[in-house]
Amino acid sequence: MSRIGVVKTCKLYIGGSYPRSESGRTVPVADPQGRVVAHAARASRKDLRDAVEAAAKAADGWASATPYLRGQILYRVAEFMEARREELVESIRVVEGSTAGAARKEVERSIDRMVSFAGWTDKMPSLLGGQCAVAGPFYVMSVIEPIGVAATVAPPAPSLLGLVTALAPPLAAGNAVVALASEANPLPGVVLSEILGVSDVPAGVANVLTGGVGELVPAMASHRQIGVLGAIGLPAEVATAAGEAAAESLKRLRLVDVPVERSGLDDHDRWTDLDAIRPWIEVKAIWHPTSIA
Amino acid sequence: MADSSPSTATGADWTLAPAPESLKVPLEPRPGLFIDGGFSDPVEGRRFPSINPATESALAEVAEAGAADVDRAVDAARRALKDWRRTPPLERAKYLFRIARRIQDRSRELAVLETMDGGKPIRESRDFDVPAVAQHFFHHAGWCDKLRFLRDEPEPVGVCGQVIPWNFPLLMAAWKLAPALACGNTCVLKPAETTSLTALRLAEILREVELPPGVVNIVTGGPETGRLLVDHPGIDKVAFTGSTEVGKRIAASCATRRRKVTLELGGKGPHVVFADAAIDQAVEGIVSGIWFNQGQVCCAGSRLLVEESVLEEVVEKLRHRMRSIRVGDPLDKNTDLGAINSRAQLERIRHYLRRGEEEGAVLHESGDAALPDRGFWCRPTLFTNVQPTHAIAREEIFGPVLVAMSFRTAEEAVSRANNTPYGLSAGVWSDKGAKALEFARRMKAGVVWCNTFNRFDPASPFGGYRESGFGREGGVAGLREYLA
Repeated sequence: MSRIGVVKTCKLYIGGSYPRSESGRTVPVADPQGRVVAHAARASRKDLRDAVEAAAKAADGWASATPYLRGQILYRVAEFMEARREELVESIRVVEGSTAGAARKEVERSIDRMVSFAGWTDKMPSLLGGQCAVAGPFYVMSVIEPIGVAATVAPPAPSLLGLVTALAPPLAAGNAVVALASEANPLPGVVLSEILGVSDVPAGVANVLTGGVGELVPAMASHRQIGVLGAIGLPAEVATAAGEAAAESLKRLRLVDVPVERSGLDDHDRWTDLDAIRPWIEVKAIWHPTSIA
Repeated sequence: MADSSPSTATGADWTLAPAPESLKVPLEPRPGLFIDGGFSDPVEGRRFPSINPATESALAEVAEAGAADVDRAVDAARRALKDWRRTPPLERAKYLFRIARRIQDRSRELAVLETMDGGKPIRESRDFDVPAVAQHFFHHAGWCDKLRFLRDEPEPVGVCGQVIPWNFPLLMAAWKLAPALACGNTCVLKPAETTSLTALRLAEILREVELPPGVVNIVTGGPETGRLLVDHPGIDKVAFTGSTEVGKRIAASCATRRRKVTLELGGKGPHVVFADAAIDQAVEGIVSGIWFNQGQVCCAGSRLLVEESVLEEVVEKLRHRMRSIRVGDPLDKNTDLGAINSRAQLERIRHYLRRGEEEGAVLHESGDAALPDRGFWCRPTLFTNVQPTHAIAREEIFGPVLVAMSFRTAEEAVSRANNTPYGLSAGVWSDKGAKALEFARRMKAGVVWCNTFNRFDPASPFGGYRESGFGREGGVAGLREYLA
């Protein structure tokens, strides 16, 4: 008899652990022919709250880690993505029916994007902050800081590149992040969360949920501990409602109506520029008098 | 000298057992020149010995690049430039990230070799030099695909001729190569005559990570090799770190050829302590400021200026602290002060020790423990009763020699601190933030450390005002030097 394979249970990634949804729910993930290839956890609002709690605990440590250390850790994530690229390729290909070539291209772009953000950590302060030439005897610096806990939502597609594009900027900027993987194909998000778990990313700094946009995004928008909500390619009605809910806590919002077509996220320069980082930071001006007396 | 037993006020015995670094680094007895991706012998066949300054024993017969070799290296860099500058930025980045990672992998080997070749304590090469080298490559790797934030259409300068000193051999190589490569330039690097070995080890790493041949070429040799390189018609930019004397000659040569140039030259850094400073912390800052790397640091805080009311206290604490500085075997993990880099440098330091006493300053030397029979050694030294006109107060000694003077008012501190042709670094200690920051504003120096000293980071620009050179290394300013 041929060997029976061991099938991976797809779980959430919260606080450095891999729990099932507390709700006990899963959703079938099917290939283009409708065959079920996996079951993903369907996170509940309670799972989201747990993830936010884990992120809030980890936020200070990550924010005060040196930018160099944050950069090295993100680079480590890229190293492990490279090591597990075949698995990432499969996670895209099996569900989405893309050609191996296209899936490979997407994985390579995703790794490169992570590398690029690994290089951002110790540079963004120079480009987004600086001296303020005030008219008086003061030494004034504007410095950037992470907002704290960030929620970020990946577009339906491209599943992996979209998630990396949503996740890497807030992480590089020093936020602890709760990310929602593509609802259409959560599997690359599951693999990425397994990579995050072994890449020296401190527990709770990156949390990855799989589940429904319609269920979780409104909860993200109204959660008061989340300081900023970013999302790429939300359905219009979800985006509008999220904006209205976020207003209640004056949550920062960065809703990008992407070009849902795949090429929309391929442009490396556009998705790795300063506008990709600005939504995830606060600017602080620090004043100090100068006087030799 | 492992038995140096500094006496202390408590009379406690501070002797430590020897803790020698155990890693044996295999040495290449006759290393070649690194040109076009491979090692080759010098055309004219000349070689010179590289010795361990702590033992005076030979480490290798290093190749001396002559005119034909420099030609080969510049040609290789020119040929490599065409593809390298057009390599997609993120691909260039990945080469630099690989270099950083391999340096981290091989850090212990590099640290031991750096210490053997240059004489610096293993504690410094292990905890400062080599980690900083890796960080420098890592930082600049990340810039490759972000140059568009500095220029609309970032283009490299071209082929860079880079000449580096012996005080931080591998770190200076990183400071030169990393930004140049990030911007798409190709390089010919000349290490200092007495410290070629770690640069050649870096060449091995460049091969390991499959950096395309010719992108970096390393030509070892003495001053003549350096002159051949900086005067070579085939290079587009010169970057030099070294003495002000040589720097002036290079500035003239580059002016004649209308060539881009950056220079990191000498210094005589003022280190100012106000009476309202945290004195114990200031004393630690002074110690690191002058006795880090045997004082062979261009930005050393070599001119101590102390507010008169606390002069006696600072000098007393300093003399006490000096007694616990361990001089000796650089490969011992407990050593604070290693060997002077060369006999010539030791002679230069001794000249100033004599000169200081002749001029009437009072010399305080730490410890009377025996120094090793062989090797080049100088104990931590402090001069008091120093006048600003003394040679030891004006000229760069480049050794573990501190001169202490006093001031009465803040205005006097500013004017005396700036009273030098140099302008590389300055330090100030005061618990009044407003005073420290205003003092920093008035310093004619490229780096000012407030309530700290000798801090370096690839994200922060380093370089001099006035005769300490021009151009910056590190930070956004440093990167721009390598963009056309």
